[in-house]
Amino acid sequence: MNSLRWSTFAAPSRFYALVNALNPWLWAVAIGLALAALYIGFFVAPVDATQGNSYRIIFIHVPAAWLSMVLYLAMAFWAAIGWMLNARMASMLARAIAPTGAMFTFVALWTGSFWGKPTWGTWWVWDARLTSELILLFLYLGYIALVSSIDDVVRGDKSGAVLAIVGAVNVPIIYFSVVWWNTLHQGATISATAAPKMAQTMLLAMLLMTLSFWAYAFAVVFTRAQALAVERERHAEWVRSAAGKELQ
Amino acid sequence: MSAAFAAVYTRELRLALRRRVEALLPVVFFVVAVSLFPVGVGPEPQTLRVIAAGVVWVCALLASMLSVANLYALDHADGSLEQMLLSGHPPTLIASAKAAAHWTITGAPLVLAAPLIGLLLDMSPAALATLVAALLLGTPILSLLGGMGAALTLGLRSAGVLLILLILPLSIPALIFGSGAVGAVDSGISASGHFSLLGALLILTALIAPPATAMALRIALE
Repeated sequence: MNSLRWSTFAAPSRFYALVNALNPWLWAVAIGLALAALYIGFFVAPVDATQGNSYRIIFIHVPAAWLSMVLYLAMAFWAAIGWMLNARMASMLARAIAPTGAMFTFVALWTGSFWGKPTWGTWWVWDARLTSELILLFLYLGYIALVSSIDDVVRGDKSGAVLAIVGAVNVPIIYFSVVWWNTLHQGATISATAAPKMAQTMLLAMLLMTLSFWAYAFAVVFTRAQALAVERERHAEWVRSAAGKELQ
Repeated sequence: MSAAFAAVYTRELRLALRRRVEALLPVVFFVVAVSLFPVGVGPEPQTLRVIAAGVVWVCALLASMLSVANLYALDHADGSLEQMLLSGHPPTLIASAKAAAHWTITGAPLVLAAPLIGLLLDMSPAALATLVAALLLGTPILSLLGGMGAALTLGLRSAGVLLILLILPLSIPALIFGSGAVGAVDSGISASGHFSLLGALLILTALIAPPATAMALRIALE
């Protein structure tokens, strides 16, 4: 591994080694930043003028919602790379992202429901953002169901890629049609163009939590991709030597 | 090129004509499914009028998805699908012809049955006309998306349910604008905006779905 190229870690054996080296750091970052974010969120950030303490779930809700959307695009991206370039590791990465993405989507829906009860007085409303997040969960579930019900690994990867790409093209269409359909959700508090309307400490806690979730997502996705690689290439020499090294 | 399209299309129609009862099953499902709603929700005309457009749309959606599962499965089982793809004609063309045939056999009868069903649910004449126009624009979208789902799930054990899980989220925009058009007319607004969006959606789906179907077919038969 003298020269690093963009495709260096496309080889499952090198990816395996890379993940072993990276994962302790990723977990450290995830746990450290989560503790810091929770401390700031619960003890430093002020009580909200209108929502009281119930708003504090935002520190988990918003990062989870962000991750759920970004991970879908990441999944479609790696599935497309794996399909077009025949890169095994990219396809495995796409498969590995799906359960984590679905989990964050579910967390966003779940925490949103807990937040909705005290502020809106109901667990669920058919508002645009809630509905499109629910549809995103269905898209994740469809992808997971499709790739896991195809026994042939290569066909599963490619069919999953077709579905993920069509889904990614459809996500904005679904989002805007749902917005058109109904909206009751409060407007976006953070946008790229306007200055944030939040206290600095609240923003800080949310950004720290987002970074923590990112690190967690990387760690879990990498571990799952590692497991997929070992499972698929169990007859390869590098798996034997890696297993031998860990047994010593 | 158009000869290949016509050949696949007429072959599908001829096959459907030879299995007439089977070809009519989706419409029968549609009528039976819609008539369950008054039984389940209650027979009050005011309630039925409010939910009518949505109920008709959801049942049309389900009827399309249930019938589309066999679009490629039978041809795959007897080997004719492989021959079509080996014939040298663009697979996208074959996928479009298949979707068009599915719409003619299943979608068009649903559109024709919709006014009758709408009457059962106490819809006004203006709402009925809007519903038919919206279904006319919307059901081809369902056939195109369904064809893609059928190609992706070709030969899988739980293909039927899986197809529904894959395609229903993608067909939500069609459902929103299709039943929204009727809602707009009911509240005294013009439905032209909804029709424009449905038309745009149809054009976009017609551009994306056949190539995606063709790719999925190639992947499935590799």
